[in-house]
Amino acid sequence: MTRENKITIYKIAVAAILYVLSLLMKNGLPVAVAAYIVVGYDVLYRALKKLLCGHAMDENFLMSIASVGAFCIGEVHEGIFVILFYKVGQLFEEMAVVRSRRSITALLEKMPEKVCVLRDGAEVVMEPDMVKVGDEIIIRPGERVAVDGVILDGFAAMDTASLTGESAPREYGIGDEVVSGFINLNGHVRVRATKIFEDSTAYKILELVENATLHKAKTENFITKFAAVYTPIVVALAAGIAILPPLFVGMDSFTVWLHRAFVFLVVSCPCALVISVPLGFFGGIGKASRSGILIKGSNYLEILSRVRAVAFDKTGTLTTGQFHIAKVETNGWEKDAFMQMVTTVEHNSKHALAVAICSGEDNSEKNVTEFEEISGLGIRAVYDGHAVLCGSRRFMENQEIRDLPKAVESTCVYVAVDGTYAGRILLEDTLRPEAICSVEALRKHGVQQIVLLTGDTADNAQKVEAALGLDAVYTELLPQDKVLKMGEYASKGAVAFVGDGINDAPVLASADIGIAMGAFGSDVAIETADVVLLKDSVCGVVDVLKISKQTMRIVKQNILFALTVKFLILLFGALGIAGMWAAVFADVGVSVLAILNAMRLMFTDK
Amino acid sequence: MIVRGKIENLCCGNCAAKMQDKIAKLDGVLEVKISFITQKIILDVQDGNFENLLAEVEKIIRKIEPDCKVKFEAGV
Repeated sequence: MTRENKITIYKIAVAAILYVLSLLMKNGLPVAVAAYIVVGYDVLYRALKKLLCGHAMDENFLMSIASVGAFCIGEVHEGIFVILFYKVGQLFEEMAVVRSRRSITALLEKMPEKVCVLRDGAEVVMEPDMVKVGDEIIIRPGERVAVDGVILDGFAAMDTASLTGESAPREYGIGDEVVSGFINLNGHVRVRATKIFEDSTAYKILELVENATLHKAKTENFITKFAAVYTPIVVALAAGIAILPPLFVGMDSFTVWLHRAFVFLVVSCPCALVISVPLGFFGGIGKASRSGILIKGSNYLEILSRVRAVAFDKTGTLTTGQFHIAKVETNGWEKDAFMQMVTTVEHNSKHALAVAICSGEDNSEKNVTEFEEISGLGIRAVYDGHAVLCGSRRFMENQEIRDLPKAVESTCVYVAVDGTYAGRILLEDTLRPEAICSVEALRKHGVQQIVLLTGDTADNAQKVEAALGLDAVYTELLPQDKVLKMGEYASKGAVAFVGDGINDAPVLASADIGIAMGAFGSDVAIETADVVLLKDSVCGVVDVLKISKQTMRIVKQNILFALTVKFLILLFGALGIAGMWAAVFADVGVSVLAILNAMRLMFTDK
Repeated sequence: MIVRGKIENLCCGNCAAKMQDKIAKLDGVLEVKISFITQKIILDVQDGNFENLLAEVEKIIRKIEPDCKVKFEAGV
């Protein structure tokens, strides 16, 4: 709690005691006035200051007029209560706002204050923003990684939860990239800084989340505009109520109507309305960031809740991007011997397909000589004295290998031995295990069209379509074709595109909502996407959709609640049923409840 | 030119909205957004000498909420 909050509490307590004393005394009026001054002088002072600046219509001014007015018409108790309630409510409001601000950024704000840097062989302790690119830093168990870097020495399990929301620790070793915000759990590692503090992931993410509320949703702009009209209208009504009825009914009732006019003035405060909406969005953004989902603006949450079509990229998004062997065909070779030869040869290559072919096989025998890799085509090597060629169909044709079988559309590695076709290995991309249930969940959340946009061949895409039950599949698309296809779905509501952010930046940028998946550490993806899933899982798409719906529900509840309460109290106030106490509730009470409602978002699971 | 800043003691959502309105009308301000919740201001101003402009912005903020303190940081 801040010092100012404590002082406010003391003031309220003193005022309350004085007020009770004044009730017990015979001539308690001076003591009651003292109570009023203790708790309300700063409200009066601010109101006066603003009046002099020419900005009258704010809470302080309205509260001052109402309470001073109450005094003037002899309603001393009410005059005191208005200010007292107002101060209590404001205190709650402030504490709640500060708390929700903090709870959202807390996870990321716990950045280390000191970093241990190696300079000329000696350890120097310095602040994170003093670290330069290329510096070597030491991270001990229990310490947080301050800047992004690459491990030079040592290995450790790291807790990545504050960034990815993933609870299981991950293992990191020499050559692996570690990112600021990770917590080193058990190892002693030496890391070379690859980025300065301000460019490092944790800082960027924090900044992104903090700035997200600057990108305002339409609902928010609407309510701000509404408030700008609402206050003058209610103030005008207050003036009308004070002046008109007494003119017709008679001047004896003047104080009664003046009293009702003061109720109107208190209710005319727009703040509860104005903050109820952005707080809801902030709650949603905060909740998302806790589970490793970055939403770059309130507006995107709003659009997400209207998403009716989701387009997925294939490789790396619905599939893992890692290949596995689907089928092996040989030409007169015994399969085991064939695979033995191929894996031994391919073992020397770092190509993605080579790695997939060798996976699970440990063939580090040295009977391969004259190994040569022909970039983009294949490998030439000598195995047990035989000339072996492994590679694409084009490579085989270039090398004048005859009698190749009919071409297939899926990814395929051909093998020839001593100039004769020996067989081929068909590979396929692995479908993500969570893809099936995610697609089902998306449908449950009101997504009507789920389509696949891929640059890959129809043959490969069809398998994914069959497994997932998609609505449509568009294959062999270039990025600009994807942008056009997305446009076709735009008529039925918002369209989201989900990609890995590496080669589909234009699509991410042009979609109503561009979602980059597993984009952890990819600056391009974080720049262009509207939503970034740090965790490499399709489930994040479902989560973010759910959060958007919950957020919109809470935002609507808040608006409806604030408006209803204000309207009812205006109505009852005009009739003389609702007093100023109720009016103060309609202002600060509603704000506090709206804040609590928004915070509920962060503490409910899924 | 993007300039970011922090507004301390910003305590009323409606005042933040008013500040945003007034600042947007200043010459040389292309865009301005104020977030009440994170107490942040982000300004897109015309390149060149914007020191005076920032002083103007601060004046508006202090006029609407006299207790506010504004801290600008040079952005990218």
